[in-house]
Amino acid sequence: MSVRSPLTNFHAVAVTNPVVPPKPTLAVSSKAVFVLMSSVDADSFHGSPREPSAESPTQEIIYRHSGTVRWTHWINVLCILFLLGSGLNIFNAHPRLYWGRSGADSDHAIFSIGAVDRPDGVHGLTQVGPWQFDTTGVLGWSKTNGEYQARGWPSWLTIPSFQDLADARHWHILFAWILVFNGLLYVLYGLYARHLQRDIWPTIKDLKAIPSSIVDHIKLKHPVGEEAKRYNVLQRLAYLGVIILITSMVLTGLTMSPWFNAIFPYTLDLFGGRQSARTIHFLSATLIVLFFFVHVAEVFLAGPFNEIRSMLTGYYRVPRDDAARGPDTTEEKNG
Amino acid sequence: MADALSLTRRAALVAGFGAAGYLVANATSITQNAAMARIFEGVEDWTRVAQRTLQSKNGLAPEYRPADISPVFKANGTLNPNTNAYNAHVASNFQNWRLAIKGMVQNPMSLSPADIHRLPAKSQITKHDCVEGWTAIGMWTGVPLGLLLTAAGVSPRARYVVFRCADNLTGEPAKGGEQSPGQYYESISIDDAFHPQTLIAYALNGHPLDVQHGAPLRLRVERQLGYKQAKYIESIEMTDSFASIAGGKGGYWEDRGYEWYAGI
Ligand code: HEM
Repeated sequence: MSVRSPLTNFHAVAVTNPVVPPKPTLAVSSKAVFVLMSSVDADSFHGSPREPSAESPTQEIIYRHSGTVRWTHWINVLCILFLLGSGLNIFNAHPRLYWGRSGADSDHAIFSIGAVDRPDGVHGLTQVGPWQFDTTGVLGWSKTNGEYQARGWPSWLTIPSFQDLADARHWHILFAWILVFNGLLYVLYGLYARHLQRDIWPTIKDLKAIPSSIVDHIKLKHPVGEEAKRYNVLQRLAYLGVIILITSMVLTGLTMSPWFNAIFPYTLDLFGGRQSARTIHFLSATLIVLFFFVHVAEVFLAGPFNEIRSMLTGYYRVPRDDAARGPDTTEEKNG
Repeated sequence: MADALSLTRRAALVAGFGAAGYLVANATSITQNAAMARIFEGVEDWTRVAQRTLQSKNGLAPEYRPADISPVFKANGTLNPNTNAYNAHVASNFQNWRLAIKGMVQNPMSLSPADIHRLPAKSQITKHDCVEGWTAIGMWTGVPLGLLLTAAGVSPRARYVVFRCADNLTGEPAKGGEQSPGQYYESISIDDAFHPQTLIAYALNGHPLDVQHGAPLRLRVERQLGYKQAKYIESIEMTDSFASIAGGKGGYWEDRGYEWYAGI
């Protein structure tokens, strides 16, 4: 158990799908498979994590993330940050969303940010469907360099901070290109190395474990031992979801382009028109932000040092499965 | 050996994340950096070449049904050139307006709107995609630009078509201030000029163009964004370079940072 070997996590799928995987994948020891199968036993599956001592001779370290996944992950984070910031600046050029083929000032907006002049001063108003909120100071009417300005998203969220559609588009298109090539590399590598099939795609068994996984997440219980070597089902669904969301960002982004419409008009129909595509672009971005917050929160709950180190170096310290080795009374929380 | 390796790797990691953090934190000031401007120009070239390579020369922009026409077609940019000369043209219903076709052509021409109305007309219902993000659908009627250029006889040396307009535009907030005003102009490639949907339009939704939509003549180049659709056109000039015109980037908005090939 204490070997420092580049064995990857994901034994479960190797059991159900015994295709001989190409390099650099896992030599699954029969012992590991045995441990996994026996870990279906309720106790170890829900075993509470314990802090192993740093000097523990039985500490197991595995090679969890390949170089391609690590590089593409961090490049993607940079792209997402720039695309979100510059996207909000672009949005400010016309802070209204519509549904359908067309939409402009006189058409019905399903979401809008604006400023109105009232006797008691200017208010920032945000409209979501039939509801309207006073968002003065943040949305619609906020300060840029100390001065109030009518602008959709505030300066501290946009790239660049001042309103400039041309420059925001430069950043947006630069990072959109990087995102696309980076994403293609990730997906092609992931399919070739069977990382997507094995580690991201949930198995039937995974899906059946959704309810108990939800309970574990609510109780902030993190898997230990063999179960900690693979992504749990909610992780798989979240990663799959964010891959789909990023694909949707790229497709809806292209659908807003008149050049792209002329060579491939079908996505206009798929998304219900250019303005619907713009709205879906915005919704997908919102969901990516949601993923971002939950994802980073989970990293911190699961132990930021070990987790982030694994995404930097590839190596991951497997939280010890003490329950499987007998009762233990220490109640320390896993970092 | 292993230690040295892990040390350089660690240094590289710190450097990488430091650089990324610096980039995110200072994106605003980097935006105005000259080196960054060159990177953006490189990306613009790359994007233009990618778009040109992937599109077919005469690939058509989607056309729509009459039911899809926007109830109100938003007007943007200049809503009225409002010069004495232009106002006089409005008063005389543009009878004395002249569209000059000049530059690298065998037969320079000067056409009145009435001359243009007599030429074979084409109508198309297309969407107008503004760089700001909104869309309006309308039916445009006009004469295919290719027809005019064929009649004028384009020199084989010509590479671009430059449109000069009657409006002086004040610009929009940018770089934390206001942009400089300037005479509106635009330019497109010969290929786009001869594209079957490229029109010199004189009617919108069956009515003569009104002032805010570019009366008496405007451009429709349907595979590009709204700022390419020059209004109030006074002259069409064939040239092999637009480097000496105004800011040298080929258009009013291009001189203010926007892409010359406005496909996306
Ligand atoms: C600073 C912010 C972020 C941090 C610290 C972070 C950290 C991590 C860590 C530690 C893992 C590995 C989880 C594990 O081994 O169980 C991971 C995986 C992943 N992260 Fe992030 N992440 C961040 C931002 C993002 C963003 C913005 C996205 C996408 C929009 C993203 C998408 C993913 C995906 C798809 C995986 C699974 C990778 C794979 O195995 O193929 N992350 N992240």
